[in-house]
Amino acid sequence: MAQSIRIKHQPNFVLGGLYALAGAGFAVTSLNYDMGDLSYMGPGYFPFLLGILLAALGSLIMIRSLGFSQEVVRLSGWNLRSISWMVGSVMIFGLALEPLGLVIALVLLVVLASLASHEFTWRTTLTNALVMVVLNVGGFVYGLSIPFPVFPEILSTFLQ
Amino acid sequence: MGLIDNLLLGFETALTWQNLGYAFLGCMIGTFIGLLPGLGPLSTVAMLLPVTYSLPPAGALILLASIYYGAQYGGSTTAILLKLPGESSSAVTMIDGYEMAKRGRAGVALAAAAIGSFIAGSFGVLLLATVAEPLTQVAFLFGPAEYFSLMVLGLVGSIALSSDDIDKSLGLMVLGLLLSLVGTDINSGEYRFTGGFADLTDGIELTALAMGVFGVAEIAVNLEQYNRDKQSNRVVAKITQLLPGKADFKRMMPSILRGTAIGSLLGALPGAGVTMASFAGYAVEKKMSRYKQELGHGAVEGVAGPESANNAAAQTNFISLLTLGIPGSAIMALLLGAMIIQNIQPGPQVISKHPDVFWGLIVSMWIGNLMLVVLNLPLIGLWVSMLKVPYRILFPVILVFCSVGAYTARASVFDIYLLGIFGIMGYVLIKLKVSPVPLLMGMVLGPMLESSFRRALMVSQGDLSIIYTRPLSLSLLVAAGVLIVVSALPSIVRKRERVFSEA
Repeated sequence: MAQSIRIKHQPNFVLGGLYALAGAGFAVTSLNYDMGDLSYMGPGYFPFLLGILLAALGSLIMIRSLGFSQEVVRLSGWNLRSISWMVGSVMIFGLALEPLGLVIALVLLVVLASLASHEFTWRTTLTNALVMVVLNVGGFVYGLSIPFPVFPEILSTFLQ
Repeated sequence: MGLIDNLLLGFETALTWQNLGYAFLGCMIGTFIGLLPGLGPLSTVAMLLPVTYSLPPAGALILLASIYYGAQYGGSTTAILLKLPGESSSAVTMIDGYEMAKRGRAGVALAAAAIGSFIAGSFGVLLLATVAEPLTQVAFLFGPAEYFSLMVLGLVGSIALSSDDIDKSLGLMVLGLLLSLVGTDINSGEYRFTGGFADLTDGIELTALAMGVFGVAEIAVNLEQYNRDKQSNRVVAKITQLLPGKADFKRMMPSILRGTAIGSLLGALPGAGVTMASFAGYAVEKKMSRYKQELGHGAVEGVAGPESANNAAAQTNFISLLTLGIPGSAIMALLLGAMIIQNIQPGPQVISKHPDVFWGLIVSMWIGNLMLVVLNLPLIGLWVSMLKVPYRILFPVILVFCSVGAYTARASVFDIYLLGIFGIMGYVLIKLKVSPVPLLMGMVLGPMLESSFRRALMVSQGDLSIIYTRPLSLSLLVAAGVLIVVSALPSIVRKRERVFSEA
């Protein structure tokens, strides 16, 4: 087999790349802020240093992940289903909270999240949702007086 | 004031009905989440952090602290009865604990873990109480340069002993530092890295980041595993005799003492933490126990040693947070967040400005350990039944608490979106095989690191040598440097991999 430089460690290559991008992004953005000097640092100074450091570390990790062809560590085990359901239901909870209120948003969250399980049943899920609504409305809204919108906005204007 | 007076003040605070209640509640929650594999004290403390906004300072800290050490007790139960690590710190307990359970000695193993944890926890608390005041005296010699170096040491310490490559965790820590700078710069009032979002001018909410990375991301990873295994009934070992006999006591005592010593030491070091302590506790037993040839085949030493070590470490972990204001682990970082929320400026002045909070917390930790023995041994049946809660019910509940918690912190929908975004980030990190802990450490220490760096150089009028010519500051930096070099040595890297793969 021909000896050629290739990516030996794919996870590290990706991670290093992400670090390098983030570091460069922060360093470049820092240039917009006042740098000041060492004796009186402006808001840009410290993040600029850190950004450069992060970009350097990222590049180092990327270089380390290259090498002559030996054993290759591949990116594996990505299963976007679970994470998409979880993050999706959190985002929908956020979108629903203010217009629709806590009660409906919680039911949406529990039902959507539970759909990601292979053992989904409506019965358990709705019971679970009901318990969550009671616990959270009781605990946070009445117990700790956190200003949650509880019911849909339309309903409350309609009631007034 | 002598130690006795201080402890009396502590008892006065800790023994109020409210504070006893918070300690009890925390111990219950801690044991429960310790039992459950996949839900740890880190995500729980992150979830409950917003709830503590409305509690008095002592109550808030007592509640959060008791969740942390309570989880160390609960974790061992799952390890012994199910051969699952309820917590990463009880991973080594599985080896001998489950072997004992298979031979009908589950009760003895549970008792050894609880008794060992109690003795170790009591010693850890006592150590914390005795060294706290002298240590704060040292801290008063600290100027901004020393603080900067100490934070560097804390940050480096937290990554040096992790099992990841040093450059990967260092990078993540720097990213955490950068994320912590998002928002308004205190010195100039200028907005940094807000990308035009008005919601970001107050910075990124710590709880949203912590719950996203440790809550949402972990649920997604656990769910993949759970959907793949398609297996939900767990086999729980039966408990028969609970009280150990005389022979067992005689065998476990030396291990408990060894575990206590090594755990107290490792817990006090910034960055080492409870998992490292229990691994070290097991390693010590393997080397020093008279029954070392029995280890791995159901020896009580293999449970007593590591369980004592992790609980001692859980207590001494508080030393650097309470005396210097520097968190030695990710949980301590969240507790530091809780102190800031309660308007307690972390650092050596906590002990003089808030003696009731300080000593109350310490005494409550001892009372909490006592409660935990009582909760764990006679009530073991209750906990075993809780082990049967299926994950399909549990994970939506965790997700609800993360989402509601994210909103509660600032009553802001924006933080719910941040929670989702950090969930994705945590998922990517787990899949790229990096532990997200350094991110959190950086996020918490970032603002203090920047301001001490700026102040130090303002004092020295721009002369960088202030950081490495003052003896105290230099020695802290040298310690950090030694940690980096040592952890990068190939022989250590290999050893560490072996220790962690034995789990």
